[in-house]
Amino acid sequence: MGLDRRDFMKSLVCAGASSLFAQNAFSSTAEANNFLDTFGVLVDTTVCIGCRKCEWACKQVNHLPNKSLEAYQDTSVFETHRRPDEATYTVVNKFDVPGEEQRAEYTKVQCMHCNHAACVSACIVGALKKDKQTGAVRYDSWKCIGCRYCMAACPFQIPAYEYHNALTPKIQKCGFCFDRLVTENTVPGCVEICPVEALKFGKRGDLIELAHANIASNPERYIDHVYGEHELGGTSWMYLSSRPMEEMGLLKFGTKPIPSYTEPLQHAIFKKFVPPVSLFAFLGGIMWLFRNSESANENE
Amino acid sequence: MSHSLELSAPIENKYLTTGVKILIAIFGVGMAFGLYRFLFGLGSVTHLNHQYPLGLWIGVDVASGVALAAGGFTSAALIHIFYKEDYHIFGRPAHLTAMLGYTFVVIGLLFDLGRWYNVWHPAIPTMWQGNSVLFEVGICVMIYLTVLYIEFLPIVAERFIGHSPKWIDGILRFLDRILGKIMWVFIILGVVLSCLHQSSLGNLLVIAPYKMHPLWYTPVLPMLFLMSAIAVGFPMVLFEYYLAAKSFNHPIDMQKMGKLARLVPVFVGLYFLMKIGDLTIRGAWGNLFDGSYQSIWFAVELIIGIILPIVLLLNQKVRNNPTLIFIASTLYIIFGVLLNRINVFLIAYRPPYKTHIYFPSIGEILVTCGLIAGLILVYRAFVTIFPVLPAHKNEHA
Repeated sequence: MGLDRRDFMKSLVCAGASSLFAQNAFSSTAEANNFLDTFGVLVDTTVCIGCRKCEWACKQVNHLPNKSLEAYQDTSVFETHRRPDEATYTVVNKFDVPGEEQRAEYTKVQCMHCNHAACVSACIVGALKKDKQTGAVRYDSWKCIGCRYCMAACPFQIPAYEYHNALTPKIQKCGFCFDRLVTENTVPGCVEICPVEALKFGKRGDLIELAHANIASNPERYIDHVYGEHELGGTSWMYLSSRPMEEMGLLKFGTKPIPSYTEPLQHAIFKKFVPPVSLFAFLGGIMWLFRNSESANENE
Repeated sequence: MSHSLELSAPIENKYLTTGVKILIAIFGVGMAFGLYRFLFGLGSVTHLNHQYPLGLWIGVDVASGVALAAGGFTSAALIHIFYKEDYHIFGRPAHLTAMLGYTFVVIGLLFDLGRWYNVWHPAIPTMWQGNSVLFEVGICVMIYLTVLYIEFLPIVAERFIGHSPKWIDGILRFLDRILGKIMWVFIILGVVLSCLHQSSLGNLLVIAPYKMHPLWYTPVLPMLFLMSAIAVGFPMVLFEYYLAAKSFNHPIDMQKMGKLARLVPVFVGLYFLMKIGDLTIRGAWGNLFDGSYQSIWFAVELIIGIILPIVLLLNQKVRNNPTLIFIASTLYIIFGVLLNRINVFLIAYRPPYKTHIYFPSIGEILVTCGLIAGLILVYRAFVTIFPVLPAHKNEHA
């Protein structure tokens, strides 16, 4: 990555614009990095009891309009599979267990904080950034122009938008409780309140180890897959489950990070500005040739 | 005789006709809805939601607007780079359409941007985000729009030199002389910038591989966008030329129209080959028969929008008839390109957790119609003030 940046800076000197450029304007979103030292949360869907206390805590710590904690005991919301929205960063959905009528499993949904986030790659002004220390995908509403391209890009369909705010609409999504992690040195609100420790917070690398250890010691309880370890290049939030997460409201993805679909072309075009400059020179050549041949024709 | 057609002149038609009054009404209604959106937010007028963040305004006003303004750079390339002076009469109208087209793309974008007052942010180096496809589109469009206005200055100079106060006259003469020497830079720059952002526009939704319908999702989508934009340039020029001639009662230069129409099947044909080549290589033909509503729209695009205009314009009889040229061009413009952009941005976009399919609201449609009406009104004002359309004085005399 250091090399990329150096190459790129060199090319800018050629273009005579280096002083203007933000230094990391082109550092790739898809750079090789396992993000083992950033934070993550391991969700154990076999442990979650669907109490929805995490939903309540999330709204509390993020100062979103909230109801009383008791109101969250209402289980009728489980009749549909809900999605996060502009005033709800996380929801818990219920999934029946085939063959076991008494038991249900639950999937907590929120921003996955992708290692190579599509929204970060898409954002035209860098209003969405992946924090290198915590792994949180953070949003800066001051930069945002409100184009909503991040929403189109997100494969998990997570960012929501304040469509009814006329003047200062924001993209709304889980921010991984960045301030709590960094300034208060504590865990996200949802993790803190979880009464059954279905949400485990830690270094992403440690959580992956823990997940595989759990699977090894309870092979009848879990399928041998940690959702989010490799999906789309890995995510900060990961899931342990008794069956594929596709059956529990998440989606099936390959391992290729989303930004690697678009960024190679972006970088090929801009790297040293070779393609545009060559096209300019080529067209200039054609112009010169045809102008000469036309004036020759006129002289005849 | 042919020389008289080489000159451009402001039109002498009355501005306020019945048609113009209707357009003003459409414009007014659209802007009323637009005002409502600015006062009460996107949610108050549009059907956009968390599932469908991009709607009619992005698919039509912005993406299609950019594509349909391609006549500017293709005719600039034909006339000023490949030096086909025969086509000179098409140059200024095509350039004006591009300039106003891009202006309205930006205006249309402002309606869609939640924080429209931050639209200048991508121009600030500390906020540059080179990984973003949208950044490339944005920065190219900004520069290209500037280039288009610079390229228009000689027309302004031609109109006002000798008809203005002395000091303005001096400035215009000075600008005209400088620009005359360096115009070639802007002409080539305009073509390069167009190639860049026309293709990048196609790269925008390549970032959503799991959402896009496989009939349109391809890594070569940028190439398809560029090729279809190049191919729509001349049909747009013919479309406008015909409409302008009809509405201003100008004679039609059939020889030049036919000659330009002969080029259309070449470029549309290339686009057709790329499109079916892409489907074949990706093995995506099967999706055309999967019974989805997407497959129907794709078939319409391919058969009515691409194959039909090619077949029509390959026919000598069609190329001898201005109305048939106009119809064939319109087929490609509407079903080959406009529908393609709508397909890519709206029809092919499948949110994984969708509860219903997006369909634009009345308000969205009226704003779009209002902007198109506004564009035509400003175009008419420009051709009334500036020497853009071919002069016809000699023939009337």
